[in-house]
Amino acid sequence: MLRILGAGVASAAALPILSACTGTSTAAASSSAAASTSSAAGSSSASSAASSAASSAVAGSGSSTSAATQVGGTVTFGSNASDATPKAAYQAVFNAFKKADGVDTKVNTVDHNSFQENINNYLQGSPDQVFTWFAGNRMQFFAAQGLLTPIDDVWSGIESQYADGFKSASTAADGKKYFIPFYNYPWAFFYRPSVFKAKGYTVPKTLDELKTLAAKMAKDGLTPIAFADKDGWPAMGTFDYLNQRINGYQFHMDLVATHKESWTNPKVKTVFDTWKGLFPYLQTGALGRTWQEAAQTLVKKQAGMYLLGMFVGQQFPVGDTDIDFFPFPEVDTNVGMDAVEAPIDGFLLSSKGQGPQSKALLTYLASPEAQLLYLGADPSNVAANKTASTAKYTALQKKAVALISSAKSISQFLDRDSRPDFASPVVIPALQQFLKDGDSDSVTKSLEAQAKTIFTS
Amino acid sequence: MTATQQTPVTAVPVEKPLDKNRRVHRLTGRDRVVIALMIGIPTLIEAILVWFPAIASIILSFGRWNGVGAFSKIQWIGTVNYQDVFNVDPNFWPAVRHNLIWLAFLAFIASPAGMFLAVLLDRELPGSKIMQSIFFLPVMFSLALVGVIWQLIFSPDQGLINGVFGTHVDWFGNPNINLWAALIAASWKHIGYIMVLYLAGLKGVDPSLREAAAIDGATSRQTFFRVVFPAMKPINIVIVVITVIEALRAFDIVFIINKGTNGLQLLATMIYTNSGAAARVGYASALAVILLVIALVPIISYLTQAFKEEKR
Repeated sequence: MLRILGAGVASAAALPILSACTGTSTAAASSSAAASTSSAAGSSSASSAASSAASSAVAGSGSSTSAATQVGGTVTFGSNASDATPKAAYQAVFNAFKKADGVDTKVNTVDHNSFQENINNYLQGSPDQVFTWFAGNRMQFFAAQGLLTPIDDVWSGIESQYADGFKSASTAADGKKYFIPFYNYPWAFFYRPSVFKAKGYTVPKTLDELKTLAAKMAKDGLTPIAFADKDGWPAMGTFDYLNQRINGYQFHMDLVATHKESWTNPKVKTVFDTWKGLFPYLQTGALGRTWQEAAQTLVKKQAGMYLLGMFVGQQFPVGDTDIDFFPFPEVDTNVGMDAVEAPIDGFLLSSKGQGPQSKALLTYLASPEAQLLYLGADPSNVAANKTASTAKYTALQKKAVALISSAKSISQFLDRDSRPDFASPVVIPALQQFLKDGDSDSVTKSLEAQAKTIFTS
Repeated sequence: MTATQQTPVTAVPVEKPLDKNRRVHRLTGRDRVVIALMIGIPTLIEAILVWFPAIASIILSFGRWNGVGAFSKIQWIGTVNYQDVFNVDPNFWPAVRHNLIWLAFLAFIASPAGMFLAVLLDRELPGSKIMQSIFFLPVMFSLALVGVIWQLIFSPDQGLINGVFGTHVDWFGNPNINLWAALIAASWKHIGYIMVLYLAGLKGVDPSLREAAAIDGATSRQTFFRVVFPAMKPINIVIVVITVIEALRAFDIVFIINKGTNGLQLLATMIYTNSGAAARVGYASALAVILLVIALVPIISYLTQAFKEEKR
């Protein structure tokens, strides 16, 4: 209640019309239609397997039901999947879950942005038992506040099906697991192979090669690198990758997540200076452009490449397979390129969420069947479960799986890895300012001064 | 003042006993209950909805809290939030400046424009009803819709203006321009609102005043500025107050454009970004208190002046 009045003067009304906010818009905006029905059909064969897996896991976790019988009852599910396609995809998953475990899922869908804005109030009020959320610091924060229920018992049944990166992304500071990963998607440079082929471009392996390629593209009349930052968050992806390629994953986390490292550290300044070196190749006027508009320039072959999450594919016409990506190139040979930015979306169990039904649901959602059923409607993500069959994946999805599974460390995107009171109110304006003036001194000083006031509690 | 001093002198000897009697008769126990309820309920509502949040905001602005858990988790840190707002936050001073520009623009351009339209429409020219509806239409749109409409007009690559005129102005991305683009969008709505308010006031002005002025040989301009405008004082006060409030709570359009960053920082958007998912409750409260103080200055000064004049 007291928080409401903080915004009280701003009263007007929160208008989440243009979805923006964080890289999470993936699921919300997937545009391909019709897939939910076909995927639902495809799932029926899988559902019996899921059923036995789920119920045995529940039994293993010591809940009351016996292995053979269905769990029954209902579970409430808070969803931020407010757009039609993901909403329908979730419904297909819940229908299959009902068949498998006999549990009805009562879905409470909230507009994507409102869900994120109100998450604190939501969790302290009367939250649904299971709800959609993200891995990383954004999850750990709630765990530390005691707003979540640890689900190590659910994890004990599925541990072997997840890569280490996912396990650590699901674990909070207290060593317990709270998060069920559902799907994720990598950030990388996307391009049209037909353009590369026609002009004889080759995929750059290092930053210098990237610059050479960009210069070539500029000569050929292309915008080398599409770029947009009107909503503030897309530029974070460039910073995340540059910092991890120059200073490594651990330094990046110590900087953005815990502020153990200072922003005025010369290493951070190097990141901004390197970024500035790319300015001549970036699409100009980025601060007035949305990522969708920038993606359109890639689609129309006006731009050569675009560093974004795989959700960029949503902007491509249905059936257009002329899309590929290459990982963010190497900057420093000593650091290499084994860090991949691949935000994970998934589920949490609220503090009031205990019960056999909610655990059965989480177990089911962790299964490859549920994840593939959902992804049938959304080719811009890949299943989090490593045992999920890639048979029906597009070439791009297969490549994404390879990239993610080759990664030694997986970052979640700055606004998920860092504190919410730092990422959005501080980092977004600071990066935008840097994009305007290219002043690496002032941006690092400003970020450090503000970080000091925020990372004290 | 003089009147209150004089009345007791003449009235006391005769009417005092009568008055007393009447008062006893008038206020039965039931009356008192009714009066207590009629005063008490609004006071209570105001206390809960206005005073409690305002005072709680002020108190919270001296603390650091993430909005989760018991109040005992609040760390009291004195004026640190205010120091951070004034000295550290690079968005604060631009936000204040933008709010003031917003206020000046509405006060000197948009509100007078709305009043001007009202005066024109009040003349019952042919088609004035249709024009009235057209100008009022934006007021009925939600601000979110207004934002979307202007987004379509201003969008740099796909927008109407750049498309029609073949220009390449980055209306929303260029920090020197985007505030003015947002102001045009906001004014589009504000003008219609002020127009309707003022039109209602103009209809309420006693026509005999104008006739008298006309008989005295006043031009229509003189009639308006010397006779009608002063007679519209209550409406004028409302318009000043509304303009100030609209300027300070400006939020929606800017939020739709870019969430209030890059040349569009406003106090209200800062409060929102710090209070929503960020849950920086103390800091957002400090910003809210500053906004409250800024809002009180022009409103109190204007109202006191207005009431002082009325008393004369």
